Amino acid sequence: MTATTTVGRPRADRGPVRPRRGTDSSQALHAAGFLSPFVILYVLFIIGPALYMVLMSFFHTSLVKPGLGSFAGLTNYAEAFGSADFWSSLWHTIWFTVLTTPPLILLSLLFALLADRVVRGRWFFRLAFFAPYILPSAVMALIWVWLYTPALGLLTSAVTSLGLTAPDWLGNPNWAMISLALATLWWTLGFNFVLYSAGLQDIPRELYEAASIDGAGPWQQIRRITIPMLARTTTLVAVLQVIASLKVFDQMYIMTSGGPNYSTRPVLEYIYDVGFTDFRTGYAAAASTLFFLVVLAVSAVWLVLTRNQEKEGVA
Amino acid sequence: MNRSAPSRSRSQPVLTRRSVLLGALGGAGAVAIGGCSSPVAAGLTNTPLDPGTVDYWNLFGGGDGVRMQQMLAGYRKAHPETRLQAVTLAWGNPYYTKLSLSTLGDKPPSVAVSHLTRMKTFADAGLLQELNLDDLARHGMTPDKFNKRAWQAGLVGGKVYAIPLDTHPIVLFYNTKVCKQAGLLDSAGNLKPIAGQQGFLDALERAKKVTGQYGATLGINGDSGSPWRFFQTMYAQAGGSVLANNGTKIVLDDAKAKRVLDYFRTLAVERKLMPSSIDYQGAIALFANGQSGFHLNGEWEISTFQTAKMPFSMTLVPNVFGGPYAVQADSHTLVLPKHPAQDRRLLDNSLGFVKSMLDQSLTWAQGGHIPAWQPFATSEAYRKLTPQSNYAAAANSAVYDPPGWYSGSGSTFGIIMSSSIGAVLAGQLTPAAAIAQMRSKLSVLAETPSPV
Repeated sequence: MTATTTVGRPRADRGPVRPRRGTDSSQALHAAGFLSPFVILYVLFIIGPALYMVLMSFFHTSLVKPGLGSFAGLTNYAEAFGSADFWSSLWHTIWFTVLTTPPLILLSLLFALLADRVVRGRWFFRLAFFAPYILPSAVMALIWVWLYTPALGLLTSAVTSLGLTAPDWLGNPNWAMISLALATLWWTLGFNFVLYSAGLQDIPRELYEAASIDGAGPWQQIRRITIPMLARTTTLVAVLQVIASLKVFDQMYIMTSGGPNYSTRPVLEYIYDVGFTDFRTGYAAAASTLFFLVVLAVSAVWLVLTRNQEKEGVA
Repeated sequence: MNRSAPSRSRSQPVLTRRSVLLGALGGAGAVAIGGCSSPVAAGLTNTPLDPGTVDYWNLFGGGDGVRMQQMLAGYRKAHPETRLQAVTLAWGNPYYTKLSLSTLGDKPPSVAVSHLTRMKTFADAGLLQELNLDDLARHGMTPDKFNKRAWQAGLVGGKVYAIPLDTHPIVLFYNTKVCKQAGLLDSAGNLKPIAGQQGFLDALERAKKVTGQYGATLGINGDSGSPWRFFQTMYAQAGGSVLANNGTKIVLDDAKAKRVLDYFRTLAVERKLMPSSIDYQGAIALFANGQSGFHLNGEWEISTFQTAKMPFSMTLVPNVFGGPYAVQADSHTLVLPKHPAQDRRLLDNSLGFVKSMLDQSLTWAQGGHIPAWQPFATSEAYRKLTPQSNYAAAANSAVYDPPGWYSGSGSTFGIIMSSSIGAVLAGQLTPAAAIAQMRSKLSVLAETPSPV
């Protein structure tokens, strides 16, 4: 993002950068010192447990017994591969990602563009779009459960007053996922919105001035300047969004408990169910590892695709 | 921003990094000097709590939470010499997860609440202390002073691991105003007996005519308990059971289950006597607003309807399927997790605390639960407590969830059953399809070796 700023705005010349105090090796030492708090915590709480998870997935580990338990080999993985519940919950997670990612990217871009055009009270729109994001998932879930309540809820009344029959938002297996996606859209749009708003600030105004002198209309300016200049932001937003959507758990756990009849149980809830409700942490670790590989693969493919696209765009 | 910062720091006292660090160090030192009696210090320094402390964990929120606080205050007043440290955690799986992990990590509470149906898995996993009858007798607790059914149901291999505090069945709440208009009350203002499939259906039919909306409500959407409780009550009346051999065998009687599910379908889908798509809170709200004459739920919701100041009473869920009377229930029990520093003094403190909870059964019974402590359950004071004592007989006909490592309140078993039954009530599955789904999901668990 910072690279784009150099296009229009000449950087203040601070002279040649020269090494201050000490040699390269002592600098590396300093850097290591400053990084160490993060690295220690990261190893302790992310890398360590992740490795332990992979190890545990090869054992019949139980939550209510100390130690790893008896060696299981690949039976946990075989069970997960053969489990219809695992696959259907994985599909629910992917379906949720498919439902939420495109609108969360397109709408946040749209709203960021609109909010950027407001001259007076821009802070209000920025706040209004970002405010839901700071709500804890439980609060957001409570609000939307009330909105969706059959017979009594606000959304149901609104649809009914239009003369239509309100769907059974959370009670109908075909609608439940869509309703959850809608609630999530409202809740998390703000984050992407802020990224896009920041990206828009980085586009030099001179480009628009030059374009309008050349006779480009607003739509042309958006298509030819804004969207290409935001390409890097879009890549970032898309990757973060796909990963965030794949990690869905809270909304579903609180709003539907994975129901009705398991139709919205995401894979993380499946892992939670087998690990914490059924005490089968070894099997849960195997399912987690499989899911980890899926997320890794999706992220890698996505990154490669968008990188290539960007290169083509630049060339 | 950067330019203005130095001048500000010169003109007024500001927290510097050094003062914050010094303060933090001082605070930590003060905690350390505070010694073992502080739970924070005990946690940080990995030392046991003062042995004179009773550390108690429970999972009660809402009206139960308020009453439990009153009982704890009662204990503190009666035992000022004992330090009581009570922790309330979120209900259900999060609670049981924490309880099992704390016991494994040698930091268990001295006394904990557990559902009777969940306690068994804990006992099987070796996380609970066996209770010696002599120790119990020393504190005045003998088996004959407890509700027989709750006591018997709580034994694991004939051994005592838990002291039952209550029995909490599913009951029938009824709106007295609606039922009076519907002609369902007797001259004393109580619900006339309802029996049989036709009888229950007629009662709902008449209540629906008065409310114009529904006859009865039951939580269905996202509710992993209510559909199972209602089904188990009816299915047990029909004489069926679901699991055998500690959960390793499925003995679901398809014909009986189908009869019950067909009946549910009639009530909710065909006759629309019950809302077929409503969550737990919604089912309560419809009843509290007078949009339904009856409500099927655990007796613990009594406080909700008392707070709503609505005209209501409670009674046993009717015998609809004609067999010997049966009603789904569970019990809250008090257990002593295995403690690394267990000695006589800690045991006596813990059992003294348990006894104090039993002695305050009146407070607990006000919240709807049927007391297991017979000296109170047979007293005049309880008989006078209405509507709570209307359904006291349920304790003797209680059907507990079948034992199994994946069974018990809030367990996978309940979720599987409630999902399938809820889908029938919502009209999404036929009874036959729901039974097939129960069978396939349960068989996966029945075939999995117990992780306990």
